[in-house]
Amino acid sequence: MLQYFLRRLLVAIPSLLGISVVLFTVLALAPGDPFEELATNPAIPPEVRENLRTQFGLDDPVHIRYVRWLSAMVQGDWGYSFVSRVNVDDLILQRLPTTILIIGSSQILALLIALPVGIMAARRPYSVFDQVANTLAFIGFSLPTFFTGLLLILLFSIALDWLPFVYRADIDATGWRWWWEHLRQSIMPVLVLGLFQGAALTRFVRSAMLDVIRLDYVTTARSKGLPERTVINCHVVRNALIPVVTLMALQVPAVFGGAIVTEQIFRVPGIGSLLISAVLANDTPVIMAVTFVLSVLVVLCNLLADIIYGWLDPRISYR
Amino acid sequence: MDHEKLHRLIGAVKSGRLSRRGFVRRLAAVGLTAPMATQILALAGAAPAAAQAPSGYTPTRAGGGGPLKILYWQGATLLNPHFAVGTKDQDGSRLFYEPLAGWAPDGTLVPFLAAEIPSVENGGLAQDGRSVTWTLRRDVKWHDGEQFSADDVIFNHEYATNPATASVTIGTYRDVKVEKVDDFTVRVHFDKPTPFWAEAFVGTRGMIIPRHKFKDFVGDKSRDAPTNLSPVGTSAYRFTEFKPGDIVKGERNPAYYLPTRPYFDTVEVKGGGDAVSAARAVLQTGEWDYAWNLQVEDEILKRLEAAGRGRVNIVDTGNIEFIQLQNTDPWTEVEGERGSVKSRHPTLTDPAVREALNLLVDRKAIQDFIYGRTGIATANYVNNPPRYRSPNTSFEFNIAKANEILDRGGWTRGAGGIRAKDGRQLKFVFQTSINAPRQKTQAIIKQACQRAGIELELKSVTASVFFSSDVANPDTYTKFFADMQMYTTTMSQPDPQIFMEAFVSWEASTRENKWQGRNITRWRSEEYDRTWRAATAELDPIKRAALLIQCNDLVIQNRVVIPVVARPLVSASSRTLRDSLSGWDNTFWNLRDWFRDRQS
Repeated sequence: MLQYFLRRLLVAIPSLLGISVVLFTVLALAPGDPFEELATNPAIPPEVRENLRTQFGLDDPVHIRYVRWLSAMVQGDWGYSFVSRVNVDDLILQRLPTTILIIGSSQILALLIALPVGIMAARRPYSVFDQVANTLAFIGFSLPTFFTGLLLILLFSIALDWLPFVYRADIDATGWRWWWEHLRQSIMPVLVLGLFQGAALTRFVRSAMLDVIRLDYVTTARSKGLPERTVINCHVVRNALIPVVTLMALQVPAVFGGAIVTEQIFRVPGIGSLLISAVLANDTPVIMAVTFVLSVLVVLCNLLADIIYGWLDPRISYR
Repeated sequence: MDHEKLHRLIGAVKSGRLSRRGFVRRLAAVGLTAPMATQILALAGAAPAAAQAPSGYTPTRAGGGGPLKILYWQGATLLNPHFAVGTKDQDGSRLFYEPLAGWAPDGTLVPFLAAEIPSVENGGLAQDGRSVTWTLRRDVKWHDGEQFSADDVIFNHEYATNPATASVTIGTYRDVKVEKVDDFTVRVHFDKPTPFWAEAFVGTRGMIIPRHKFKDFVGDKSRDAPTNLSPVGTSAYRFTEFKPGDIVKGERNPAYYLPTRPYFDTVEVKGGGDAVSAARAVLQTGEWDYAWNLQVEDEILKRLEAAGRGRVNIVDTGNIEFIQLQNTDPWTEVEGERGSVKSRHPTLTDPAVREALNLLVDRKAIQDFIYGRTGIATANYVNNPPRYRSPNTSFEFNIAKANEILDRGGWTRGAGGIRAKDGRQLKFVFQTSINAPRQKTQAIIKQACQRAGIELELKSVTASVFFSSDVANPDTYTKFFADMQMYTTTMSQPDPQIFMEAFVSWEASTRENKWQGRNITRWRSEEYDRTWRAATAELDPIKRAALLIQCNDLVIQNRVVIPVVARPLVSASSRTLRDSLSGWDNTFWNLRDWFRDRQS
């Protein structure tokens, strides 16, 4: 087990290196210049731009810049934002709590919808409930989040004037009011993301349940005369959840990565909006740090999922 | 009216023999507009100094106004004015820092940290134009309680001019010398007579940072200063919180030197999102008080305004959307360089073609159908302040006349109705950045040109490429490897001198200067060079204004560029907010005067 774990970690290193090379080259080849605004402003002499480019080492060849970035990253130095002139890790840490809060709650909401609905639907496939749930699920995951987001804003903020549509991470209030304000502003982004995720997850839970529910041991359990509730909860759901758990583990990087579009619509100051503003400003160190941290998380969570999988299902062995 | 007569009249006003109104009326009689006349008075020092509050601030005590909530669709990313590249960062810094003086909407100066605006009368301006003396306020304290003094002002000069600091304000400060006269007097020296003296320590690039907080962080160490992220300034609001790209917050500075200001208890600037939803949050839901820079179609703004919760502010600037016509040949290499200054454009250098193109741009339609209130059709390159607006130009849209001029010029219609002369067809590549109004404008012009036998090939380049300084990319606007191109250029000061430097021959954008020269059309005219040079050395404000107007007229008459629409600043305010905005300074230049009028 330990040996397997170590081997997987070792295999991950070259793939992470590969990812970083690809990311770095693509960013280096992309058009644009972090000091573009300096270029179009007549009051700023061109030497300032030249000076900044040399200071940040932008004029060196790509491979030298890459090696410099890599050695700094290995030592835990995530780089220095061209645009904000602060360390990238500070920027990311500032944004992380909001992202985890919003995306985390939307994942929980997704689970809270998907599990009961998926299980109920699978218990009586093709019943009216199943048909309705399926239809809604299809609608749910075929509507893009930017569209549902705008619809919710139009309905709840503009037509009804119930909810604010500008998210503020800092609210000047204490006690219950603080909680209440946070809840009010989080409802729409969480709803948009949660319903989207939940719809896809419902379909997944349902099909996993259907796979298990017709297996022989379920028939055995029923013929033993066990109550239906026990059969479903103890025999079916537990086994059907194995792939769902894996899927959730793979969603963890998304929790950290934020939701770019939704964050932009509701002005949620998360990692996603940090990434998009960095892309628009050609702030390479920030883009590199965010995307690279995400790819590390993807690799690690894959590993984690594999390990959890074996723990849930002892039939899988590691060699 | 010649300038001598003008001077006599101004003298009469100064000595009280002629009323200001009488002066304006006399100038109006010879065709000068009232705003221009007033500004000439201001230039000559006979106007009431702009020391009066430029807004109708009525609250009688500071504070008690509750929160002020402002939306920026691009949040401030840093709060050090010497590193602030874009408006969003300058505005963020301006919440807490102040310059010696700021620019009012009419292009006159308002004192902030200065006790008064230097003038020849008060001895602030040297007669030879080589120095300006600023007297500072003595009652200014930094937010941490330290006394503000001349040392701080001197320090800002040192800080900005150190090349290792890599400040973006270096261009403003490196050519001047600064001398401390006493603790509250500072003298700025120029190496040659400088008619436009109000650059260092003034406006967007003149904010003063505290010496005691930054003195250990000059040069290479500048990026480590903790005050970069938690500013200590002098303004009416002091810093409480900053998250780059997301939010900047401040609270009322109880020790502010103007006793009844500011009105609001806290100020909050939230970044992110997009312009349309920012407009919505102010105009339609009324959840926010002010939304910055609304580059939104006027039709949408009008619809949102109909909700009655807010209003759209249109503030004059010198920014202009215009078309540049190529002078060199962008399609043939001379000594390995496209658009070399040694080449001439084969067809566009014919004045008849330029004249025809000028008649084929339907500015009125472009204003009416594309820009609305956010773009005003104009014949001038310099549109503001009014004292520099040329009265000698006009524009018209006339396809028949364009055809007639081309016929007379020997351009005859050939295959496909395209005109040609000596085997050269009138086919041009017209490029701009990708942006919906620009593509619509391109289409309008192309249609008109077709009817005059000129074929335009429309090209649009992603903004991030078009406006980049990437030397390797042929599609940047500074290279201008096309026949015509269109974009907006900004005028950052209420003085056209630097703005008009974009046409002097030594600034031509070439391979030699890595296409960083400011003369992008690569137009070269001895007459223009001479006029511009004369303007930069002319100390008499009225003669200088006349020279700068002549610069504008030369550019327009030679059809170096075709102005399309002047672009004012567009923002939105809630119905009760009384803001104080200027097109020549930051949004928050006069934040201390913002208040809420409960009555309306």
